[in-house]
Amino acid sequence: MVRYWQEFFRKNGPPLAFYLLISVACWMLLMIIMPQLFMLDFSFRTNVPPPLWGTEAHGYTLEHYQYMVFGSAQSTDSYNFVDLSVFGRTILTAIFVTLIDVALCYPVAYYLAHVAHGGWSRLMVMALIIPFWVNELLRAFAFKIMFGSTGVINNFLITVGILDQPFDFIRNGVALYSGLSYAYILLMIFPIYNAVESLDKNQIEAARDLGSPWWRIHWRVVIPHAKPGITSGCTMVFMLTAGALAAPQILGGPSSLWFTQIIYQAFNQAGNWARGSAYGIILLTSSLIFVLCMMRIFKVKLGEIAR
Amino acid sequence: MSADVQLEQVSIRFGDFVAARDVNIHIQEGEFFSFLGPSGCGKTTLLRAVSGFSEPSEGKVLIGGQDMAGIGPNKRPTALIFQNLALFPLMMVWENIAFALEVKGVNVAERRKKADALLELIALPDQGEKMVSELSGGQKQRVAIARALAAEPDVLLLDEPLSALDLKLRQHMRSELRAIQQRVGITFIYITHDQGEALTMSDHVAVMSQGVIEQVADGNTIYDQPETAFVASFVGENNLFKGKVAEMSGDYAIVDTPSGQMRARRATGKGGTLNTGDEAYVFVRPESLKFVNGSDFDNHIGASIKQQEFEGSFWQVFFDVDGSDRSVKLSTVNDGTTLAHKVGDRVKLGFSADTAIATPVGDLAAE
Repeated sequence: MVRYWQEFFRKNGPPLAFYLLISVACWMLLMIIMPQLFMLDFSFRTNVPPPLWGTEAHGYTLEHYQYMVFGSAQSTDSYNFVDLSVFGRTILTAIFVTLIDVALCYPVAYYLAHVAHGGWSRLMVMALIIPFWVNELLRAFAFKIMFGSTGVINNFLITVGILDQPFDFIRNGVALYSGLSYAYILLMIFPIYNAVESLDKNQIEAARDLGSPWWRIHWRVVIPHAKPGITSGCTMVFMLTAGALAAPQILGGPSSLWFTQIIYQAFNQAGNWARGSAYGIILLTSSLIFVLCMMRIFKVKLGEIAR
Repeated sequence: MSADVQLEQVSIRFGDFVAARDVNIHIQEGEFFSFLGPSGCGKTTLLRAVSGFSEPSEGKVLIGGQDMAGIGPNKRPTALIFQNLALFPLMMVWENIAFALEVKGVNVAERRKKADALLELIALPDQGEKMVSELSGGQKQRVAIARALAAEPDVLLLDEPLSALDLKLRQHMRSELRAIQQRVGITFIYITHDQGEALTMSDHVAVMSQGVIEQVADGNTIYDQPETAFVASFVGENNLFKGKVAEMSGDYAIVDTPSGQMRARRATGKGGTLNTGDEAYVFVRPESLKFVNGSDFDNHIGASIKQQEFEGSFWQVFFDVDGSDRSVKLSTVNDGTTLAHKVGDRVKLGFSADTAIATPVGDLAAE
C-alpha cells in the first residue's frame, strides 16, 4: 500500500498528486458521503423543529421506519397500505420501464455498433443526444401535451379511425411510462453500445457460417458478450427511474403517486424531514439490494460493470 | 460428403476497386486446394464469395454443381475457419465444437457425444470442459477445426489459420491439417501467403496477384514450370536476368542479356508466348546455378563473389554479375568441405537451359 502511494506520487509529481487526492476526497466526502450520513442520522431522530435540534427532544427513534410499515398510531389499518403500495408500484414500474428500455435500446445499440457506417452512425448518435439538450421538465411537459386528450397522438388516432373518442393516456399511465422510458434512454444505449462494439465481428460471422439463424447469434454470442453493458444500463435506468421526480409529477395521473413524491411531500409540505429521510433511505437501500440481487442472478461482477 | 467447387467468370468489385477479375477455377471434390498470393491479392475475397459472406459482382459460384447465388453463409455446405479463429470465448470448448449441432436442434447428450468424438479426432480428449482462454495457440487451432467439422461441411474453407502460430507449431500443424483432411476426405480450400504451406499441403495451388489467377497447378509444376513472371518471382527464390529474345527454337528461347546470351525453356500458358524480338525475363533458381571451370553448361556468366553465408545444411553465395546490377544468388549443399572461394574472387557460373525459364516481361512479386 505504501509502495502504491509512493508510485502514485512519483508518477504524477507532488502537486498533481495532491490535487487529485484532495479533489477526489472532497467530492466523495462533501457531495456523497456526508449528505447521506446526515440523511441516515436524521431518519433515526424524532421530528422536531430546527430550534430544538441537538437538544434532548431530538433523540433517536425508529418511529419513521415503523410509520412506513404500520402507519400512524391513530389509523385503524394494521399496515400503512397507502405508502407500501406506492412503494411497491414504484419499484414494479421501474422494473417495467427498465425492461422496456432494454428491449428498445439493445437493437439500436447493436445497429449503431455493427451495422451503421461512418456518417450515418454519427447522425444517429446526434439524433439520440440532441433531444437531451432540452431540459427534463420541458421534455416532460412536451410529453404531456403530446399525450393529452387533444394532443397529436389522440388526434392522429381519431383521424385514422382507430379511436372514436380521445383515450386518456395520462390517467392510464401510458404517458408516464413513455416519459420515464425516454428520460434515461441514453444511459441504456451507450453502455450496451460500448459492450457490443467490442465484439469481434468474426464471431458473428462464425456463428452465421455454422448455420445459426440471426436470433440465435444474438442469444448465444452477442447478448452474453454484452451482458456487463446491459447490466450496467439496467442498473442506472432502474435506480434513476425509481428515484425520478419530475416525470411522475408532471405525467402521472391524479391517482398514481410515485414514491419520490411522498418523500418530496414529507420534506416540503409536511415539514417532516425525519420521515422524508427515512423514506429516502428505504428507497436507496431497497434499490441497492434489488440491483445486487439481479447482478448475482445474472452472474455479473461489479468490476465488469465499471468497464 | 464432399463436393467440388467451381468459380465461373467470377469478378468481385468494391466500388472502383477490382478485388478479383474473371476467375475460372474448378476445385475437385476431396482435394486440398490452396490460394497463394501476397496480402491484398484478393484471395480472402474469393474465399468469402465461396462461403457466402459476399456475392460475386459477376459470374457464378457452384458448390456440388449447385449455383450458390442468393444462398446465405448459414445455408451453404461450407464451414469457414477464420484467421483469428473466432472461437466463442464465453462458451466451453465442447459447446464451441457442438455449436453447429445446437443450431440444428440436436439434444444436449447427443451434442456432447459428438463433441467428445471430435475432441478425440483432434487429439484433445477430456479438454471439453475448459474455457477457450485456457487453451494454447495450437489447441485453439484444433478446436476451431473441430468446430467447423462438426457442421459436417462438404467444403472446409481456411483463411490463413496458421499465421498466428510460431514457426515450430506452424510446421507441425501443416502435417496435422493434411492428415485431418485425408481422414475426413472433404474438400479443403486454403488461403495463405506462405508458399511453404501451400506447396507442402496442397494437391493444387492457385497463385494470385492483384485479383487475377496467375497459374493453377500442383506444387511441383508451380515451382518448376512457372507460367508468368509473377509466379516465377513469387514462388521460391529466383535470379532474374532481363533481355531480348534473339531466337525461338522449339521449346527454348535464346535471350540476349547484358550478362551474355542465355538459352532457357520457354514459359507456356497464361503468360502468353514469346516471339523473336520480345522483351523477356530469364529466371534461374539459386540451386540450379553452379560453379564451373570449363564450358560444360548451356549458359555461362562471369561474376565476382560479394558475400558468403553459411546456413547449416547449405551455403548461400551472393555475386555481382557482369552486365547486371541485380545481385545473383547461388545455393549449394554443405557436403562437409569448405567452399573453395573467397569474397572478391572472380568466378564463372553456369546453368543448363532446362533449369532456366524464359517468360514474357510482366509484374514481379515485391521483394
